[in-house]
Amino acid sequence: MGAKICVNSLWKAFPTPRGPLSVIEDVGFTLTEGEFVALVGPSGCGKTTLLHILAGFDRPDRGDVLVDDLPMRGPRRTGVFVFQRGAVFPWLTVQQNMTLVLRDLPPATRQELANEYLTLAGLQGFERSYPHQLSGGMLQRVELARALVTRPEILYLDEPLGALDALTRLQMRVEMRRLLARERCTTLMVTHDVEEALEMADRILVFSPRPATIQAVVPVPFPQPRTMTHPGLVALKEEILRELGLQS
Amino acid sequence: MDADLLPSKLNALVVIAVGITIWWLSIFLSGSHIFPTPWHVILGIVELGKQGLLLKHVAASLYRVTYGYLLAALLAIGLGLLMGRFRRVYVACNALVQMLRPISPIAWIPLSILWFGVGDLSPIFLIFLASFFPMVVGTVAGVMTIERRYLWAAENFGLGRLALFRYVILPGALPQIITGMRIGLGVAWLVVVAAEMVAINSGLGYLIIDSRNAGNRYDLVVAGMVLIGIIGLLLDSLMRSLERLDEVQWRYGR
Repeated sequence: MGAKICVNSLWKAFPTPRGPLSVIEDVGFTLTEGEFVALVGPSGCGKTTLLHILAGFDRPDRGDVLVDDLPMRGPRRTGVFVFQRGAVFPWLTVQQNMTLVLRDLPPATRQELANEYLTLAGLQGFERSYPHQLSGGMLQRVELARALVTRPEILYLDEPLGALDALTRLQMRVEMRRLLARERCTTLMVTHDVEEALEMADRILVFSPRPATIQAVVPVPFPQPRTMTHPGLVALKEEILRELGLQS
Repeated sequence: MDADLLPSKLNALVVIAVGITIWWLSIFLSGSHIFPTPWHVILGIVELGKQGLLLKHVAASLYRVTYGYLLAALLAIGLGLLMGRFRRVYVACNALVQMLRPISPIAWIPLSILWFGVGDLSPIFLIFLASFFPMVVGTVAGVMTIERRYLWAAENFGLGRLALFRYVILPGALPQIITGMRIGLGVAWLVVVAAEMVAINSGLGYLIIDSRNAGNRYDLVVAGMVLIGIIGLLLDSLMRSLERLDEVQWRYGR
């Protein structure tokens, strides 16, 4: 009861010239409303495919995904996906990107909401810029602002900071936490950055190499804001790295 | 930007000047009396201007190109968007498009005269045919290469079918549509001249054929060719200015 997202025994294989390649095997878990779950695993293990299935962009071979007890039939406005390489439309200005996704609202409300979220994300003064005129960090803010402005119930984040350099990444980690804390969406985040997961998530699912199976479930029972110097987090980090086979 | 470009623009002029010099020298060295010198060609253009024929021929050709080309652009971009977006439309239309595409518009001249007579309609039809296919191909490629994440995002945010075309598919394909339009206009200009060589009494193509037939006025023949070249250059720079639109800088800029 009370499950926002219920994932039942998902299986997925891709056809290849040498026969089917299994990428997801028997993955199941549930998320309660407002929970933040990070999916951590080696790159290429099938996390992104899993997230695509959870958001309705792809279909599993077996198993199903229930959102609010209803089977997932395709992407919906209530669950917004933030793509690894970004999907802010490069032919529209920042402002146009924001208002386009609010098309069902009256124009005045669109402007108001767009301005509110642009300000929130620290993007004042960039409304008329085109995405290619922005730095990677700024672009990521647009990405998040555009996702949040529709006030989704669920956020799917696929390596949201993956494209950034290390320094910008640290800055944006703080920024993202601030933005997400305000909205309290149910959040699924794929990452290969263990610290990122530890700082943000309520629970971490550690995945095995391909085919992806859940290898460990690590609750992170510490209040926000967290810093990586916290001894509890340090212990958890070691535990997760050990699960990933990166530390003995 | 302009300061950087200035030397290369000067170079372009130098190359043209070298070409004209070679032209002049070869006439001088061969002692040809029939082939016109650049100076004779300029005199020929001035003569056409004085008789009011320059404007008449240029306007006639441009008129035909404008109608044939705009009609083609409208239909080609429309069809290309549908073919690029809907697999069924693509499968249904692509074979025919690829069959008609390699047939030179010149091959259509007899049929075109049969159907449309010897008025303006015939060259307009030929220009339409010639410029239609590059624009269809460009538009289809443009739509098909829009990255999946943009289409997924549009679906995710629940954009309706019209909004999807207006704000995602059309602008996403626009850079390649513009490339197709540039090629299309080049071909249109190429074909108008050929079309006007047959049974028409105006246009730059007519000027060339008529000048030869009516007394071997090779100065006017070459004048017609030079005008075609200059106008072609101007038309292309007009199309290239489309590439400077803000909406396509994500592809062309950088």
